[in-house]
Amino acid sequence: MSHQSNHHGGGRGEITMGKRVGMEVSIAAAEAVKQANVDVISAYPITPQTHIVEHLSDLVANGELDAEFFCVESEHSAMSICIGSEAVGARSFTCTSAQGLALMAEMTYIASGLRLPILMIIANRTLSSPLSIWNDHSDTMMIRDCGWIQFFVENGQEVYDHVFISYRIGEDRSVLFPVIINMDGFILSHVIEPIELIEQEKIDQFLPPYQPLHPLHPDRPITMGAFALPSIFAETKKAQEVALRASLPKILEVWKAFGDMTGRYYYPIETYRAEDAETLLVTMGSISETASAAVDQMREEGRSVGLVKIRLWRPFPFEAFKKATLHAKNLVVIDRCVSVGGPGGPVASEVKAAIYGEPLRPSVYNFVAGISGRDVAPFDFVKMVDKAEIEIEEGNKEGYEMYGVRE
Amino acid sequence: MTKPESEWTWKELPVGNVILEPGNASTYRTGDWKSFKPILNKELCVHCGLCYIFCPDMAYNLDEEGYFIADLYYCKGCGICSKECPTRAITMVVEEER
Repeated sequence: MSHQSNHHGGGRGEITMGKRVGMEVSIAAAEAVKQANVDVISAYPITPQTHIVEHLSDLVANGELDAEFFCVESEHSAMSICIGSEAVGARSFTCTSAQGLALMAEMTYIASGLRLPILMIIANRTLSSPLSIWNDHSDTMMIRDCGWIQFFVENGQEVYDHVFISYRIGEDRSVLFPVIINMDGFILSHVIEPIELIEQEKIDQFLPPYQPLHPLHPDRPITMGAFALPSIFAETKKAQEVALRASLPKILEVWKAFGDMTGRYYYPIETYRAEDAETLLVTMGSISETASAAVDQMREEGRSVGLVKIRLWRPFPFEAFKKATLHAKNLVVIDRCVSVGGPGGPVASEVKAAIYGEPLRPSVYNFVAGISGRDVAPFDFVKMVDKAEIEIEEGNKEGYEMYGVRE
Repeated sequence: MTKPESEWTWKELPVGNVILEPGNASTYRTGDWKSFKPILNKELCVHCGLCYIFCPDMAYNLDEEGYFIADLYYCKGCGICSKECPTRAITMVVEEER
């Protein structure tokens, strides 16, 4: 692992808590993992990895974090180690992206089936081919149905905050699910942002030690990962499906508790100038901040446009989404992933399914934009809203197109 | 004692489908895999116990009369007992022909 520290921003030395400091978002994420007092970090140390585990390996090597750091030979092994360590009750962490996530995919389903509350940060990047390293959501959409709780965050502060939030939710006895924090690769992971760090005493109060429900222990032998015949497999999946959906109230409760502690409140669906808007942009991740700038611009021009941001991707917050969108005339859904040969992007598919049963529902116009790191600027959102409003007006109410592709 | 997997409802499953009770493989009815079942001709049996020793599923038990009898709840019908029996006292019979 490299020890070049120059590009790490404010990641080194004493860090003042309870105060905003400029630091690279990956370093802030690693500091949060340290503050969450994890027992095990397991990661494959080269591309497509980020500074998150690089910094964590420094923290462990320097004795600043008392944890085991497993430098494994693949992402498949990284997740396998986390599954094993969580099984004995050790708070575990890993992160990856893109091809690394593809290699890990098999084990992500096992982690959730075994109900082990691992935390993984995915610094979202493009899946090959062609070979690319830049940011979009094609990696995480590949494992959409892996059965983890899945968040999308907008900025560095949200990454930092959600490390504590995720462990507290995932490890709750009423939940027991692994959690993914999706943060945009490069756009967030490699950028220096102001981060308000939280005092350790507050973290310790907010995040109690992990008390596993059925840990592997020689004194109480149990079997984990037994096979299931057709006569019982459906029952196991129903139990998992019901439990993941049932985690929503706990997620809301933990967000509330975190907000009461820090003043930063989070919600499954967040809106910006959306209440009276005729047209709503629907976004996920860091692109949302750009979209809000575009909304401001369009509002100044007197246009009735707002923004709806999906923060909680799984379990999908159907009721909150409908509450935020059903009053609108048009939804302009921005996908950052192509569902090749499918009905449009995966977010648009979800959105359409969420509102399908409603007698009065907005039209859904879908753009795939910003794939593989192509910039989406405020004027791009304006153009997309223009296009969608015209197309819907002309009767193309469920359109789908890839934005900005040269003809 | 736990119950066969086909009787569990989804609500009863332990979190993560862990098996909390050791030895619950004893409820697993491997007997429904078989298409042939072993029939013992007691007149030829010499009580050597080779069927008991060779049975890969430990389906054979000694009964009160001193004969080794396959428990059809577990017997998969592999026929190893029949093959190994030195007096050919065990014949494999198609299950439907009782």
